[in-house]
Amino acid sequence: MSDVLADVAQVSALIVALALVHRPLGDYMARVYSSKRHLRVERWMYRAVGADPDAEMRWPAYLRGVLAFSLVSVGLLYLLQRVQDKLPLSLGFKPIDPDQAFNTAASFVSNTNWQSYSGETAMSHLTQTAGLAVQNFVSAAVGMAVAIALVRGFARSRTGELGNFWADLVRGVVRILLPVCVVAAVVLVALGAIQNFAGIHTVTTLTGDDQHLTGGAVASQEAIKDLGTNGGGFYNANSSHPFENPDGASNLLEIFLLLVIPFSLPRTFGTLVGSVRQGYAIVAAMAGIWLAGVVAVTWLEFAHPGSASQLAGGAMEGKEQRFGEGGSSLFAVSTTMTSTGSVDSFHDSFQGLSGGVLLFGMMIGEIAPGGVGSGLYGVLLMAVVAVFLAGLMVGRTPEYLGKKLGSRQIKLAACYILITPALVLTGTAAAMATGNGQSSMTNTGAHGFSEVLYAYTSASNNNGSAFAGFGADTVYHNTALGLCMLLGRFLPMVFVLALAGSLAAQTPVPATAGTLRTDKPLFTGVLVATIAIVAGLTFFPALALGPLAEGLAV
Amino acid sequence: MTSDLKHTMHHTSTGSDALAPHQDFPAGHNPGHAAAQGGGRVGAGLFDPKQLLTSLPEAFRKLDPRVMVKSPVMFVVEIGSVLTTALAVTDPGDWFGWAITAWLWLTVLFANLAEAVAEGRGKAQAATLRKTKTGTVARRLLNRGTQGAEERVPGTELRTGDLVVCEAGDIIPGDGDVIEGVASVDESAITGESAPVIRESGGDRSAVTGGTKVLSDRIVVKITAKPGETFIDRMIGLVEGAARQKTPNEIALNILLASLTIIFLLAVVTLQPFAVYAGAEQSLIVLTALLVCLIPTTIGALLSAIGIAGMDRLVQRNVLAMSGRAVEAAGDVSTLLLDKTGTITYGNRQAAEFLPVEGASEKELADAAQLSSLADETPEGRSIVVLAKEKYGLRERHEGELAHAEWVPFTAQTRMSGVDVDGVKVRKGAAQSVLAWVTGKGGHAPGDAERLVAEVSEAGGTPLLVAVEEDGQDGTAARVLGVIHLKDVVKEGMRERFDQLRAMGIKTVMITGDNPLTARAIADEAGVDDFLAEATPEDKMALIRHEQADGKLVAMTGDGTNDAPALAQADVGVAMNTGTSAAKEAGNMVDLDSNPTKLIEVVEIGKQLLITRGALTTFSIANDVAKYFAIIPAMFAVAYPSLDDLNFMRLASPESAILSAVIFNALIIVALVPLALRGVRYRPLSADRMLRRNLGLYGVGGLIAPFAGIKLIDLLISLIPGVG
Repeated sequence: MSDVLADVAQVSALIVALALVHRPLGDYMARVYSSKRHLRVERWMYRAVGADPDAEMRWPAYLRGVLAFSLVSVGLLYLLQRVQDKLPLSLGFKPIDPDQAFNTAASFVSNTNWQSYSGETAMSHLTQTAGLAVQNFVSAAVGMAVAIALVRGFARSRTGELGNFWADLVRGVVRILLPVCVVAAVVLVALGAIQNFAGIHTVTTLTGDDQHLTGGAVASQEAIKDLGTNGGGFYNANSSHPFENPDGASNLLEIFLLLVIPFSLPRTFGTLVGSVRQGYAIVAAMAGIWLAGVVAVTWLEFAHPGSASQLAGGAMEGKEQRFGEGGSSLFAVSTTMTSTGSVDSFHDSFQGLSGGVLLFGMMIGEIAPGGVGSGLYGVLLMAVVAVFLAGLMVGRTPEYLGKKLGSRQIKLAACYILITPALVLTGTAAAMATGNGQSSMTNTGAHGFSEVLYAYTSASNNNGSAFAGFGADTVYHNTALGLCMLLGRFLPMVFVLALAGSLAAQTPVPATAGTLRTDKPLFTGVLVATIAIVAGLTFFPALALGPLAEGLAV
Repeated sequence: MTSDLKHTMHHTSTGSDALAPHQDFPAGHNPGHAAAQGGGRVGAGLFDPKQLLTSLPEAFRKLDPRVMVKSPVMFVVEIGSVLTTALAVTDPGDWFGWAITAWLWLTVLFANLAEAVAEGRGKAQAATLRKTKTGTVARRLLNRGTQGAEERVPGTELRTGDLVVCEAGDIIPGDGDVIEGVASVDESAITGESAPVIRESGGDRSAVTGGTKVLSDRIVVKITAKPGETFIDRMIGLVEGAARQKTPNEIALNILLASLTIIFLLAVVTLQPFAVYAGAEQSLIVLTALLVCLIPTTIGALLSAIGIAGMDRLVQRNVLAMSGRAVEAAGDVSTLLLDKTGTITYGNRQAAEFLPVEGASEKELADAAQLSSLADETPEGRSIVVLAKEKYGLRERHEGELAHAEWVPFTAQTRMSGVDVDGVKVRKGAAQSVLAWVTGKGGHAPGDAERLVAEVSEAGGTPLLVAVEEDGQDGTAARVLGVIHLKDVVKEGMRERFDQLRAMGIKTVMITGDNPLTARAIADEAGVDDFLAEATPEDKMALIRHEQADGKLVAMTGDGTNDAPALAQADVGVAMNTGTSAAKEAGNMVDLDSNPTKLIEVVEIGKQLLITRGALTTFSIANDVAKYFAIIPAMFAVAYPSLDDLNFMRLASPESAILSAVIFNALIIVALVPLALRGVRYRPLSADRMLRRNLGLYGVGGLIAPFAGIKLIDLLISLIPGVG
């Protein structure tokens, strides 16, 4: 019972910390994105890329910025991996194969951080720090920039201008991600994470085998890995590795870092649209879903049915003793629902139904609270759909934050919500139909199917975690999953920015007593129901054949 | 007499014309329909199950894929039906395939039936209208003058600008404006109202409609519409639904439904590889059944019927919407411009009280007032006589009784009227004029006369001063007796109605030609949010533009030619049928009853249309949850017995489970046809309460209902031998 109490205390502490921080951080981010000032270091960067940070962009220009920047990033990261043996700090590692290099480049630029490699035995120090870690920052900042552009679409009127992509990108990195990361990295080092450029240590284990331990800039990458909802660990074992995540305290800190920006952005949104209550309605929906997930998974893990776990006194397979069932469940739900994908335990070892909850957390589109930026724009898109349905029921053509939701807006929102389900379902189906899914499974039956479904769900939603055991490093999966990641990241952005442009051009409709109140608990409920029903209906058959078939069989 | 007040009355006073029917506010309903509506507010249209049968042939005709493709959701169902038919034919021994096929076809048919029934109601009306069109003969004037030789030509040969003569008994051959004469016209052919209306040249009552009948007198009409484009032609097109185009919100909803259809199509298509891996490959028939159950067929089937029925509800209230867009806009209106006269007040000022000056008694004043008003046939004059009788028991004297009476009529110069009888001169009229008359006769203006006049004015009333000159002991003396308080009487129930509108988030603005003082008093009494006094058409236009610049949608009524620009500018412009052709052209709705109060109902119908759409969409999507719990275990419990846990409805067999879901899916369409045609019950509530209510009813109801329905159907099916 004390386990349960400890877990309740842990979750409560986390919620209190988030509640305390979201307000100053959210307001700070609102100021960052609406500030007219440029820091000197920022001016240098603008000069370096030849951008005018004060030029307002309409949505096509903003989108061009996003796509051009990301395309160049994919190219550079691919190149860096292909020639890492010829560059300094190579640690003697070979160049990465083309398919894996493409997969990794797509993965880090799309903020997915799906890893079909083992970091400590494949990537050089230079690739890790100048390539992967840099993308951890900028890919996160791109997501935040797009979210802010959408918020401006709601906040502005009678203009098509959404701000300046370069300014938003640079500020996201320089003023938000970097400062928090510096502090977080120092705290992580203090808690025992490592930070060095050391080579490979070879140690002899108790059984007499040799073990190779790679050092590196772990704490710093750990900080941005979580803060930027990236998830790509320095080590293959990710946050279950003691160098990355030494103990329960660092575990809780990492969970906090995962959640802090996504849970603070609704405050930023509320501030920028001039009503913090609007932000609270959104954050309440996010928090409600997240908390339901935490409770469900924790309960299922503690219940640990099945004779093996009953004998062991806990469902501890695939989990670290130092985190236990509670810390592992909390991390697992938080990482899957934030599109982070870092893990401190192996999701494939969770109870069948728990695995279903984790899958569902991604299937709802990574919006509870979702990735940095992508969570906010994802949930706002769902809010548009929810308003459209509920708005009709109050007898007006739907409007959200004073903006009419006509056929153009609904077309864009509908395209957005189509993309990831289409990628997940066709990706999984193609893998299964071609036999590539089966050949990469390490389990049979429903659980084997869950591995494939999880892989394509994770990649398409830019999560990056996996049901461990799935053999992802094949040419087929590297390519297919790489495409899922890129399309799952950038196609939605096209529609988000187009929507932002169409909203910004509108004349706002004043709110009256006849207007649907979108800052009330009732709307939060409608939003949660819309999210759950749309995703539930889309994925119910697939879930039934995977985690439900497995979980109900116990 | 008291027509000295006329100039302050707003120009749309025709709305209160004694001959204009339906001033029966607050109900506002056409009495002919009131019974059918069950006394409710907006709501109710009739639905007769017999209509289902008579519309059946039309429903079959609509199976044509070229027609079906316009409704993407139902088109997918039709393709599915064709597919299962082909599969059933290849395996004729499979009863399950045939059963699914039959019910899929029924699903499509039910959807078509809903649309056909909705259209059918308009068709009957159109047929009646057509009868009025055929065979009218026009008496066209040969010369351009309004007299002279005429020729008889068929009504269809008339061109714009032609002049035609119509005399008692003639059917007016085409739309036009009266340019000479005045006549009473029976417009029952289009309005359904048998009381005749007056049409006269000049002013705002000059428009006549082809197909209506002149009852008396002779008028010359200048034709303003080409044949085929007359009001009746347009009306036929509208009620038949031929001119129906999808409205913006309907298009947006269709996009959402189409994208949901695509998602479910993907979910079903990709299911097969998963099923193959699980060792439970599914037949195409089952997959098609699953798809049809998942895509939003309920709303897809009823969407167009809802739209047609919405227009039809307006037609039942004698309002013609020229576009569906206008009906939708009506739901969004946030500012209502209401003409004071005829909408908020009865339009006629009525005597409310007699206020004597010091030294005069009330009875004396009442007596003089009555005497002076006996020959005054204006409504104001009549009301003075009535008040004197009701309040002071003064017997009504007749003009004949007063043999020597000399009536002094009202003129614009004297601004007063009265009577000289038996040496007594009584005058009543505008305060300044009467005071001048009294002082001119050597009398004194009492100090409190001006105070009383000011008080009445401030209260929004119209003061009429009454003075008398009679033979006394010391010769003749003129003196003021007191003031008659004429009051603009606000219709009953207005305040409640405006409170409701406010709760719905709609601001009401009263438009009046009155001075600001009077306007404010009436605005306060009626409970409107704002008023526009001494309003000119330009002011109206400016007000509309101002509201629209703030993003608000504005609705107004109007009938005069000078209203036309404002009617065109307003998002919802309801032109009165009594109005000019210009006004009718400019507005996007025409009220055949010419009842400006109906604007409020138009707004409610617009809202009801949108709510019905939203409610049935929510219901349709919520239904899917239960269908999954029926179908998924049926499909996969063989491969994974654990999935039978999901079959908590304990449906008899996989076949009966799937068939039950398909049957429920089809039957729910028929079950909801009456709701789609009638519209959901509408009560003016705030958005919050409305959402709570409708979510509970259609969202939660939509989740629960199919569980019960599917279980029930499954029970019935399992009774069939060889199935359960």
